[in-house]
Amino acid sequence: MHLHKFEKIWLVFGMASLVLFLLIIGFAAFWKGTHPQSHIETIDPQNVEAHEAFKPENLGLREVADGKYTVNIVASAFNYDFGTDADGKAVKKIRVPKGSTVLFQITTKDVVHGFQVAGTNVNMMVEPGHVSRLETVMKNTGEFTVVCNEYCGVGHHQMFATVEVYE
Amino acid sequence: MAKEKPKQATKSNDSDINLKGTFISVMLVGIFILVLWFGSYALFLSR
Amino acid sequence: MMLKNYNFPKKDARLYMSFMYVTFASLLVGGLMGLLQTLSRSGEFQLPFGINYYTILTVHGVILGLVLTTFFIVGFQFALMGKTVGLSDKQRKWAWIAFWTMLVGTIMAAVTILIGEANVLYTFYAPLRAHPAFYIGLALVIVGSWIAVFTNFRQLYVWKKANPGQKSPLLAFMVVINMAMWFIASLGVAISVLVLFIPWSLGYAATINVLLSRTLFWYFGHPLVYFWLLPAYMAWYAIIPKIIGGKLFSDSLARMAFILLLLFSIPVGFHHQLTEPGIDPTWKFIQVVLTFMVVIPSLMTAFSIFATFETTGRRLGHKGLFGWFKNLPWGDVRFFAPFVGMVAFIPGGAGGIVNASHQMNSLIHNTIWVTGHFHLTIATTVILTYFGIAYWLVPHLTGRRLTPRLNKLGIIQTIIWTVGMTIMSTSMHIQGLLGGPRRSDFSNYAGGEQVQTWISYQLAQAVGGTILFIGILLMIYIFIQLAFFAPKGVQEFPIAEEEVDAEPTPKILENWYLWIGITIALILFAYTIPMIDIIKHSPPGSLPFDWPIGRS
Ligand code: HEM
Ligand SMILES: [Cu+2]
Ligand SMILES: [Cu+2]
Repeated sequence: MHLHKFEKIWLVFGMASLVLFLLIIGFAAFWKGTHPQSHIETIDPQNVEAHEAFKPENLGLREVADGKYTVNIVASAFNYDFGTDADGKAVKKIRVPKGSTVLFQITTKDVVHGFQVAGTNVNMMVEPGHVSRLETVMKNTGEFTVVCNEYCGVGHHQMFATVEVYE
Repeated sequence: MAKEKPKQATKSNDSDINLKGTFISVMLVGIFILVLWFGSYALFLSR
Repeated sequence: MMLKNYNFPKKDARLYMSFMYVTFASLLVGGLMGLLQTLSRSGEFQLPFGINYYTILTVHGVILGLVLTTFFIVGFQFALMGKTVGLSDKQRKWAWIAFWTMLVGTIMAAVTILIGEANVLYTFYAPLRAHPAFYIGLALVIVGSWIAVFTNFRQLYVWKKANPGQKSPLLAFMVVINMAMWFIASLGVAISVLVLFIPWSLGYAATINVLLSRTLFWYFGHPLVYFWLLPAYMAWYAIIPKIIGGKLFSDSLARMAFILLLLFSIPVGFHHQLTEPGIDPTWKFIQVVLTFMVVIPSLMTAFSIFATFETTGRRLGHKGLFGWFKNLPWGDVRFFAPFVGMVAFIPGGAGGIVNASHQMNSLIHNTIWVTGHFHLTIATTVILTYFGIAYWLVPHLTGRRLTPRLNKLGIIQTIIWTVGMTIMSTSMHIQGLLGGPRRSDFSNYAGGEQVQTWISYQLAQAVGGTILFIGILLMIYIFIQLAFFAPKGVQEFPIAEEEVDAEPTPKILENWYLWIGITIALILFAYTIPMIDIIKHSPPGSLPFDWPIGRS
């Protein structure tokens, strides 16, 4: 098969660009560990409380070391359970200082949900039987809306929370 | 892949037909892809 | 190629037109839903009669994403086969069986959705459970399309027997590639629906393996989008050159591109599952690499198209670096509509590379960026090319003519679509980068600045959506004119010819055993180990959930 000279140059250029993209994301993924969320841990969706992280008293934000936090969440249609505050009220907003390292751990009791801290790279699918887990550094200050971004039923758009990153 | 054919058979695909405009056009497409990709990657890194 | 300017026999034309009627009826219904979605999401309007947002979104996704596309493609491909290799009486009968099976399935699924028993969206993710009739309807659509697949295979086979040693007509070759891809891919969703969903929705199986069902769906879901795109590529490679007065750029390169599309369209489904738990990230990355391979035939296509334009223009005597471009037949809607589609594929395809870039996927996953992306690819590139085909195919089938007035309306239609889609899709892309979610009715969430910004983009989408809906109404008007009222005449069925002195096409390009063999090998490579992993490490299954989608 005969290729025009320019087509050869174009295809080499195009393929080189693709290889460059793959090298960049491959390097970041395999050397720096920035894979997309791929936590391989299963759980019984009908008994998520059996898992240490999802016991009612362990839900919500916890500072585990200086500048290091864990957030445990149980999703269900149409709510994120971040635990309760001192007054026994459901937590709808968590606050962390800028630059802190936060580990989000979440699972679902019922259907598939999404968990995105909009405006950050925290974006994961939450599926029954699986634990989703992602650690990230909160680089930027601001109020970030947590949204369920996978359709979970007719109340899907009412499933939200807030993460505030302060100076 | 194919065996090279005698001269007259390849006229229409010959490298001397003028495809300069085509080349410029596809390279612009390529540059657009690169700009969009690196822009998105920068946004990803900044978050 | 023979018979090009003769109309089909009535019996054949009726068959192909039946698919077109369903296509354009779907466009009207689905487009109306799209309009209602954008209006509802603007926050300024409420859906009347207490209709649920997710009911109309399910209608929109199923009717436009699955029904319109499949009917148009099967009908168009039958017409291409009929023109290039012929249709026997027996094959025509099977084609009708395919049509009716698909139609019955469509009606079953549509009724189930409309009565609110299937608010599961077109991806029907478990463990949300729709009424069984929804899944059975979808299964029928797929089975009907398989009948079309094997009828098309048979058509080429019979032709080959009658023309030993000749290469198959390019368009017939392309149709068979697309149908081979579709068949191999739809096995995944068929297994999912028949083995996992139907027994579970009927209550025979207590639980369902959610991750397995999703993996089977996306094994099908990516080739699905290529199934939509390939008929557009057929028109770009083999029909548009004729319309602009040129010849095929290269028969071999066109076939090569289609083969690469067959090879690399299927083993890539994980790029839709990049942020899911339960899949090994190394296998995700391997499928990302394969996804990048499927970009290559599109790079080839970009070159071929520009080169066709340039060679044609230069041969017609247009001078200078871009004289060929200025002198393209801008006033001919059969060219202009697909051309806009080609342009839209530049941002569409480039955006796709971003989406598939492994960890970068979390920038946009399930945000409204994705909706913006596929309204460029499918709802502009593909749809405008389909429209571009319909402008000549419909009158060719009805024995009428595309009059200058209808041609002009077509140009206006294309411009309206371009304007509406630019507004809607751009604002979706931006809102998505700002984190706004897809598949979501209007919501103030927790309030605040971020949400206010999202809402302002949703208003822009309502403006774009309204313009688009006007475009749909105009298209329906043009279709009705072409089908029933345009003056009688002969409308050309444009098929580009090879250069008289073109290089012969290598025989190996038609070695089906080789290409299908490699396709299957690649699928086994990409999926076997992760599939075993998924099954071996599966968690307790999921019970069905009816109440979240409003079923009791
Ligand atoms: C009047 C023209 C159109 C408008 C206003 C429109 C609008 C929309 C909107 C606003 C959404 C997203 C809603 C959401 O995520 O909540 C959507 C989704 C979608 N649209 Fe369109 N659209 C139009 C035409 C089309 C066409 C022509 C096609 C395909 C041929 C199409 C295919 C889809 C698909 C497959 C979805 C995804 C549904 C889902 O996520 O479940 N649309 N459309
Ligand atoms: Cu949701
Ligand atoms: Cu895909």
